[in-house]
Amino acid sequence: MATGTDPQARTTSGPDPAAHGVHAPSRAAVPARHLRTDRWWLAPAATAAGLFAFVVYSTWRAFSGADYYAEPYVSPFYSPCVAQNCVPMKGGANWEIFGAWWGLSPALLILIFPLGFRLTCYYYRKAYYRGFWASPPACAVPEPRAKYTGETRFPLILQNLHRYFFYFAVIVAGILTYDTVLGFRDESGRWGHMGLGTLVLLINIVLIWAYTLSCHSCRHIVGGRLKHFSRHPVRYRLWGWVSSLNARHMALAWASLVSVALADFYVYLVASGAFDDPRFF
Amino acid sequence: MTAYEAHFRVWRGDVEGGGLKDFHVEVNEGEVVLDIVHRIQATQAPDLAVRWNCKAGKCGSCSAEINGRPRLLCMTRMSVFGRDETITITPLRAFPVVRDLVTDVSFNYEKAREVPAFVPPEGLGPGEYRMWQEDVGRPQEFRKCIECFLCQDTCHVVRDFEENKQAFAGPRFLMRVAELDMHPLDAAGEAGIDRKRTAQEEHGLGYCNITKCCTEVCPEGIKITDNALIPLKERAVDRKYDPLVWLGNKIRRRPS
Amino acid sequence: MTQVERQAWDVVVVGAGGAGLRAAIEAREQGKRCAVICKSLFGKAHTVMAEGGIAASMGNVNEGDNWQVHFRDTMRGGKFLNHWRMAELHAQEAPDRVWELETWGALFDRTPDGRISQRNFGGHEYPRLAHVGDRTGLELIRTLQQKIVALQQEDKAEFGDYEARLKVFQEYTVTRVIKDEDGERVAGVFGYERESGRFFVIEAPAVVLATGGIGKSFKVTSNSWEYTGDGHALALLAGAPLVNMEFVQFHPTGMVWPPSVKGILVTESVRGDGGVLRNSDGKRFMFDYIPDVFKEKYAQTEDEADRWYEDPDNNRRPPELLPRDEVARAINAEVKAGRGSPHGGVFLDVSTRMPAEVIKRRLPSMHHQFKELADVDITAEPMEVGPTCHYVMGGVDVDPDTTAAAGVPGLFAAGEVAGGMHGSNRLGGNSLSDLLVFGRRAGLYAARYAEEAAGAGRRPAPDDAQVDLAAAEALRPFSAEGGDPGLAAGPAENPYTLHQELQQTMNDLVGIIRRAGEMEEALQRLANLRARARRAGVEGHRQFNPGWHLAIDLRNMLLVSECVARAALERTESRGGHTRDDYPEMDREWRPVNLVCRLADPSGGLAAPDARQGQIRLERHRTPPIRPDLLGLFEKDELAKYLTDEELTQ
Repeated sequence: MATGTDPQARTTSGPDPAAHGVHAPSRAAVPARHLRTDRWWLAPAATAAGLFAFVVYSTWRAFSGADYYAEPYVSPFYSPCVAQNCVPMKGGANWEIFGAWWGLSPALLILIFPLGFRLTCYYYRKAYYRGFWASPPACAVPEPRAKYTGETRFPLILQNLHRYFFYFAVIVAGILTYDTVLGFRDESGRWGHMGLGTLVLLINIVLIWAYTLSCHSCRHIVGGRLKHFSRHPVRYRLWGWVSSLNARHMALAWASLVSVALADFYVYLVASGAFDDPRFF
Repeated sequence: MTAYEAHFRVWRGDVEGGGLKDFHVEVNEGEVVLDIVHRIQATQAPDLAVRWNCKAGKCGSCSAEINGRPRLLCMTRMSVFGRDETITITPLRAFPVVRDLVTDVSFNYEKAREVPAFVPPEGLGPGEYRMWQEDVGRPQEFRKCIECFLCQDTCHVVRDFEENKQAFAGPRFLMRVAELDMHPLDAAGEAGIDRKRTAQEEHGLGYCNITKCCTEVCPEGIKITDNALIPLKERAVDRKYDPLVWLGNKIRRRPS
Repeated sequence: MTQVERQAWDVVVVGAGGAGLRAAIEAREQGKRCAVICKSLFGKAHTVMAEGGIAASMGNVNEGDNWQVHFRDTMRGGKFLNHWRMAELHAQEAPDRVWELETWGALFDRTPDGRISQRNFGGHEYPRLAHVGDRTGLELIRTLQQKIVALQQEDKAEFGDYEARLKVFQEYTVTRVIKDEDGERVAGVFGYERESGRFFVIEAPAVVLATGGIGKSFKVTSNSWEYTGDGHALALLAGAPLVNMEFVQFHPTGMVWPPSVKGILVTESVRGDGGVLRNSDGKRFMFDYIPDVFKEKYAQTEDEADRWYEDPDNNRRPPELLPRDEVARAINAEVKAGRGSPHGGVFLDVSTRMPAEVIKRRLPSMHHQFKELADVDITAEPMEVGPTCHYVMGGVDVDPDTTAAAGVPGLFAAGEVAGGMHGSNRLGGNSLSDLLVFGRRAGLYAARYAEEAAGAGRRPAPDDAQVDLAAAEALRPFSAEGGDPGLAAGPAENPYTLHQELQQTMNDLVGIIRRAGEMEEALQRLANLRARARRAGVEGHRQFNPGWHLAIDLRNMLLVSECVARAALERTESRGGHTRDDYPEMDREWRPVNLVCRLADPSGGLAAPDARQGQIRLERHRTPPIRPDLLGLFEKDELAKYLTDEELTQ
């Protein structure tokens, strides 16, 4: 009915403690938690499945402590190898920093660094917050929890350590590069040779570098932190390059994750004797 | 293409309550959802409340949620939906509803006021500003923002947790902090304002868990997360967590 | 008596676009308490739609530029009908207004030496438009918005209240300027809060109108729903005159396809940056449409035109960059001659003129707009464009220096709602600078006026009778079916239908090309619509009810449309934004004549239902002679094209 009377002051019922988020009393009353009609669950599900598969594989390989060296190749999971119980690697990044008392797989000593790098990576954070934590599962799909503090307090405030892990990741990538160079030897250590394994390591290290350098922290350190690009032309150009890599950070994160697993798996196949490394020259 | 009749469900009501109402409306070639809402207004529900202005994606007024996704009504073409598809329109669900598709977006205006304004540099008069394109390029991206508040609406930090509205400025206004921090002539530092610190301590930067929904919904295609929020987080890391930067700053104090 | 919320401020600004916000900033910086009222949310005003840039002769790109050249271009563009003093002030002050924006945080595109970059535009002799890609209006509105916030932050620090001295009433509509009991001086404004429907009165000795234009009275328009001529109507109803209302600018390039986006603007920068117009034969037809008064200024061959982009000093500019009225007429003529594009426009092509990357960088929002709304990739194919109602040159008759409305003490007007500055046709880029220059002046003089009123201890009090009348008027749509027996002879009318009919009428009969018979027909139809609009009824209640809002806005649109139609019928010549099929030539005798519209019944009642007579009375005013030193900026030969022999000999 048409009415021109003055609107009355509205009476609001007391807040329902159970109602929060999109069901808070002030919001439009829509019973459904969300109204998305597309397959919004597909992306987080695929992400979770992919990450889970990698975790399973890498856990098995990291704890196995075997079949990670097949001269001249070393698995990226086990380099550098810093325990006495490491398989001797000719010329490799193989230092006995941890003595005989270390009985576990040597991979566990160094995997913490690439793992930490990826765990605190801005892309992976998005991926697992969405995929595992459902925080949020997808845009405009509500979170299942009652309280949220984000990365403001322990433990998630530690995500700010990404910068440290980036520095370590650069060192690790440097060592893996060295490993790849060593891959240009034959089984007896003579230089100037190449096999399929060399190629696998080469592809892996390129992707590792691309992923590492495309990192948001790297982008920031290289130039992002500047206020005036015009006063630092070289860093501005570097920042431009890193920025264009950074735009593909997600793709590189996945590509390098797969490549590192494949490189390890290749070394495993060769080391365990299941596969004979074809030599090119 | 010929005209056809589409099935719409439009939320009608106010803070007291409401629900989705069915409408069957004609759709013609090239139309956007806002055209259909206008047709509903003109022919079936003259008092259907909706905000809109430019109808060209430039003013950011007609924000709503279409099939559960935050979007501009004027930039959502009908051709993206199937003819048999039921199209559901609700008001933004992160803000208090006023009536029908109109919500109370005052949260955003309050947050806007809490970001300290641009501080003009001492000793430079009007006409004496010199800035270079490579320096203004970054903040210019953020100034493309049309303040449609879709990012604020979709951000789970406030959408799913009303109580966080107090502490969290939302992507739009964290981006504003980033914009000012990257402004080549902003003299906030000289005026004793540390924008990096305020981002973290006053505007709730830490609540952001960079899940990128703001970037996904931005109708201007601004890379809010990659270009504003993450750089801001990195700047906060600079001043608090990075040993090398701290050391570097100690050794040679050079303005960046 | 109706329940009305009351507040008292020193200065009220109606409208929060470029002019309104600039006025508010100035009034506040003068120490006055200032309220800004806007129909939309803060920061959504129509100014955001401005794309190309702000014209200001800073001379950053071409050092030959100065205010005299800008003044000359403006007068030429307006075919010498401009109020010369406004054009002079505008040209002189524009650079300061632009530079000032930088101190408030604006980030314009830069020249290689770090200054504000300036681009070419139609009718401007040198690259003159300060810009940010093709979203300059957004930058302008955001900068002013953020300056307001900055001032509010200062007030918060000083008084503990953000809104102590500067408050934005967003989503409020003003329906009446209220005067004191004598009906002499302005005492405040009356309106309603859109969200709740509650009425309010803001008492203030000075009211600045900055409400923008009237485009929503036309069907094909680049204007948003807000452009219902509110300020024009408010001024008329308060007893102020409007000038030059026959001059309505049709922007040559609006989108024509698909139908739902018809009229949306395609920025002139497309042509300024190298875009060309072609007809269906692939011909660059603009070379055939260079009028005599511009023959020496524009290239005659495609080669010369193309060379101009690289070497503007030794070549003449391409005819695509003629003033907007010329280009709009040319497009109209091509389409009429059967050489139009498939959807009734012509082709505007940048794809063959610039690499895709450059297009995306220089025209990002155009690229986006066509991609999203029309499925057209402008880097690969031409756009289809046609004229669209864009701007009204006419407006409140104001004092050039103070922007005070003639005859109504306390009323000021700035921006599109003010008349005189642009003459018969506005140059692109001159509107944003107009907003800033005269917005500031309006704020300044309104503040001074308020100061004097306060000093003399005669703050005018709003007349309660006027407030009651205004409330009754606003409520009428709710009683359309039943009450008001003197008027409601017939069923309630749907305001949306009435609006559509009004738009169709103005578009078809008082559009880009006009004829006496059609305009007489238009006046008939307007009279009929006016009678029906008295019965416009609405459903629902007062809370955010768009049907009600539109029913109220109809009054304004009908008033303004009648002004346009009457003035257009009276002026028997073609000039700038006014083109008569039956009087196709410009007539020098008409140049010093301004047509002024006033309310026929100055008592303020709108009950005059006599269709023939209408609500508007026309007067002819003679414009003041142009100051000799300003005339001296032009060649004698050129002046002879515009001024009568009598004027020339003086």
